Amino acid sequence: MRAAVLTFPGSNCDRDLAVAFAAHGFAVSRAWHKDTALPEGVDVVGIPGGYSFGDYLRCGAIAARAPVMAAVAAHAARGGHVIGICNGFQVLTEAGLLPGVLMRNAGLRFVCRRVALEVATAGSPFTALWQAGDAIVLPVAHHDGNYAADAATLERLEGEDRIAFRYRDNPNGAARDIAGILSANRRVLGMMPHPERAIEAAQGGTDGSALFRALAGAFAVA
Amino acid sequence: MQEPEITEALVAAHGLKPDEYARILRIVGRTPSFTELGIFSAMWNEHCSYKSSRRWLRTLHTTGPQVIQGPGENAGVVDIGDGLAVVFKMESHNHPSYIEPYQGAATGVGGILRDVFTMGARPVAAMNALSFGAPDHPRTAHLVRGVVAGIGGYGNAFGVPTVGGEVRFHPAYNGNCLVNAFAAGIARADSIFYSAASGVGMPVVYLGARTGRDGVGGATMASAGFGADTEEKRPTVQVGDPFTEKRLLEACLELMASGAVISIQDMGAAGLTCSAVEMGDKGGLGVRLELDRVPVREAGMSAYELMLSESQERMLMVLRPEKEAEARAIFARWDLDFAVVGQTIAEDRFVVLQGNAVKADLPLRALSGEAPEYDRPWVAPAAPPPLGPVPAIAPLDALRALLASPGHACRAWVWEQYDSQVGADTLRTPGLGAGIVRVHGTRKALAFTSDVTPRYVAADPFEGGKQAVAEAWRNLVAAGATPLAATDNLNFGNPEKPEIMGQLVRAIQGIGAACRALDFPVVSGNVSLYNETEGRAILPTPTIGGVGLIDDIAGAIGALPREGDYAVVLGPTQGHLGQSALLWEAFGRAEGPPPPVDLAAERRNGAFLLAHRHLMSAATDLSDGGLALAAFEMAAAAGLGVALEAEDIAALFGEDQARYLVACGFDEAEALAAAAAAAGVPLAVAGRFGGDAVRIGAATAPLAELATLWRTSFSRALGLPD
Repeated sequence: MRAAVLTFPGSNCDRDLAVAFAAHGFAVSRAWHKDTALPEGVDVVGIPGGYSFGDYLRCGAIAARAPVMAAVAAHAARGGHVIGICNGFQVLTEAGLLPGVLMRNAGLRFVCRRVALEVATAGSPFTALWQAGDAIVLPVAHHDGNYAADAATLERLEGEDRIAFRYRDNPNGAARDIAGILSANRRVLGMMPHPERAIEAAQGGTDGSALFRALAGAFAVA
Repeated sequence: MQEPEITEALVAAHGLKPDEYARILRIVGRTPSFTELGIFSAMWNEHCSYKSSRRWLRTLHTTGPQVIQGPGENAGVVDIGDGLAVVFKMESHNHPSYIEPYQGAATGVGGILRDVFTMGARPVAAMNALSFGAPDHPRTAHLVRGVVAGIGGYGNAFGVPTVGGEVRFHPAYNGNCLVNAFAAGIARADSIFYSAASGVGMPVVYLGARTGRDGVGGATMASAGFGADTEEKRPTVQVGDPFTEKRLLEACLELMASGAVISIQDMGAAGLTCSAVEMGDKGGLGVRLELDRVPVREAGMSAYELMLSESQERMLMVLRPEKEAEARAIFARWDLDFAVVGQTIAEDRFVVLQGNAVKADLPLRALSGEAPEYDRPWVAPAAPPPLGPVPAIAPLDALRALLASPGHACRAWVWEQYDSQVGADTLRTPGLGAGIVRVHGTRKALAFTSDVTPRYVAADPFEGGKQAVAEAWRNLVAAGATPLAATDNLNFGNPEKPEIMGQLVRAIQGIGAACRALDFPVVSGNVSLYNETEGRAILPTPTIGGVGLIDDIAGAIGALPREGDYAVVLGPTQGHLGQSALLWEAFGRAEGPPPPVDLAAERRNGAFLLAHRHLMSAATDLSDGGLALAAFEMAAAAGLGVALEAEDIAALFGEDQARYLVACGFDEAEALAAAAAAAGVPLAVAGRFGGDAVRIGAATAPLAELATLWRTSFSRALGLPD
């Protein structure tokens, strides 16, 4: 059960994500943005939050073109698991591994708070320990989390049950309250909230832990 | 390039007084070159030399068994046990933030973060203390928006959690906002890096971002009052690049771990000049710089500009020569510039070469060692007359007056723009008293707070200075932390005016007295003078940043009461309303003396609280707004109502010191009362938490009404979008 956490210059949640994977039984290695291959035998790739390349262009746009992302795309194409959190979600959309874009928050300000979410599907290796409709609380911290896609894409995401999480009190203007979405094969997850910041009670909540436990469970079975 | 001739007018334009220039002539033994004049002006301005405050700063309490490094380095260093140390400092970026709020505040955050990681510490927490003009002043909303966005823009991208701070409003800041930025980091106690160079002929290496013309003369600007031409000073404000700073952090920490670093100094105010002189001076060495080797952003920069540029995200380092290849590789990996720009020399000279020309050749030690030091005349401020009668007001209306003021309303509009949880070790986020951050990978945690009540300091600088320290100390105690040490950021007006100098002197004396009595040494700090516009000074604002240690996170005290908890006041209530928040917010009056601070009572009550923290579900210190505001805030944060039995305005809103509000169950309250009686600590049950109403005496208001007022007043008062 191996996870690799990517580091781009400007990533700042890479350590936090590595800690969360390790706390749930994963052997964690780190991959550098200039690497052309992922570490041997990686099951899950974690793309962390932060400000890759400063986010001076569109968020995630430069990181999406970093050498390591070709290896991530190949991993995903082979059916490998990928989770992108916050900036990682932005990187996944910019890389074309997930549809849509993340625009500036509707309020035009950075927003950091704990938000109530609804788990919109239990049908993924990330959400399997929940029931659809479960209410959870996770922190968000972003300036560009306003998910947008054309109507046809949004319909397809709904129709294919690919919306993973929805906001109960939308903090950023995201279309259809979308906080996280899945790829067609359900093995690539992009989400704005930070599950790695909610894995133990001391952090003020443990709802993020279920995501990592679910993922660990997926490999224990396999 | 032709350099301008040195004239009286040019000397004056550099902020140097005639007697200071005479001293320069004596040191140099000839007319200085233009570059040399710039170097002197940078080294001798108030910001770098502390020439007005130094003799008083020396009187502060700065030592203790926990102190590894006190004032004089980039930041203070304090032992937290198990081979670890906390490194911290607070510094102002007032003038730049007023001129260009986003970049001014952003680069203030960047500068303080560099001060911390220059010493080998990874930053783990940030705070900021902000003072703005009247909420309805035409510039205030613009400044609030820009400063808050700038702090967030830099800290969030860099990846440091912002866990606390202050926001206040007063017309005295209309022309001079204050932006005080605090940062703390963790390092191994045996791997602290200092600025003193050692070894002759060692390479001096330039690291980080390239040098441009930004900020030339910034430190000199920060040492002058504002006039009508302030708008023209915009080009002297630097531009921040948190992306480069984040890479610089990672590269510097890798470099330090490699053993390549002899000494290191960040380039802050007056950039290359201050950093090179500092390293040489502390190491007893000279420095020779070759400016043609400095990485630059634009062509044709003069020696003067290169030496005074305040381009951000730069470091200067003395390198072990045998490690150069390894060091270069680390910086190349992070795509940062790395250039050998000079070397240490045995002679006491600061030599600056550009091409074949010698642009400066000065005795290095004299640049800092012979900087002027003034014993400026000062007058002790007159004691304020006693407070007269206070108009009648119903307790709930008094509470509403506080909740409706942006200085006491919920400041979530501000702190939600700061990432308070990056690092995943934040145990208490802003708005709940001191911020708490776990020391990564351990059971220890650190508590952080920033405090001062400028109204108190204006009325009585000595008591006000004491009070700022005592409040910071109490905030740490209320989090369950043992106070370790403090940093001070002294913001005052023009020290050439005896009454302003009197405020500074008396406030420092008050801070010193409190720090000594509470074993709470000042280990770092910063002085910002000349905070005045067209002759009007700010309120004296000596911000105290405090750091405390929680040995095991299980010992942290919560911030949220439970349904049914008793509201217990520890400490003596006398009902002191002089200079109170109520008097100011409800009646627009700043009258009477501030509350006196009994330091022995502070110490005793704080020790009592820490010894009995296992009995408490939540605790907070009582400060401005008194019992009523603290009880409301505590209740509202937990989504609870509260009932207080007192009806007397002075008991409810008085700001007596050495007090805490504690929430606990019935059995715990009984145990606490027995222990308090035995320890001689005054204790009173003031009411209970719970329900969905706020009751004071016989009057009741729905929690929802007051909570909405509390949550919306900040943005409404400033005309900001929610």
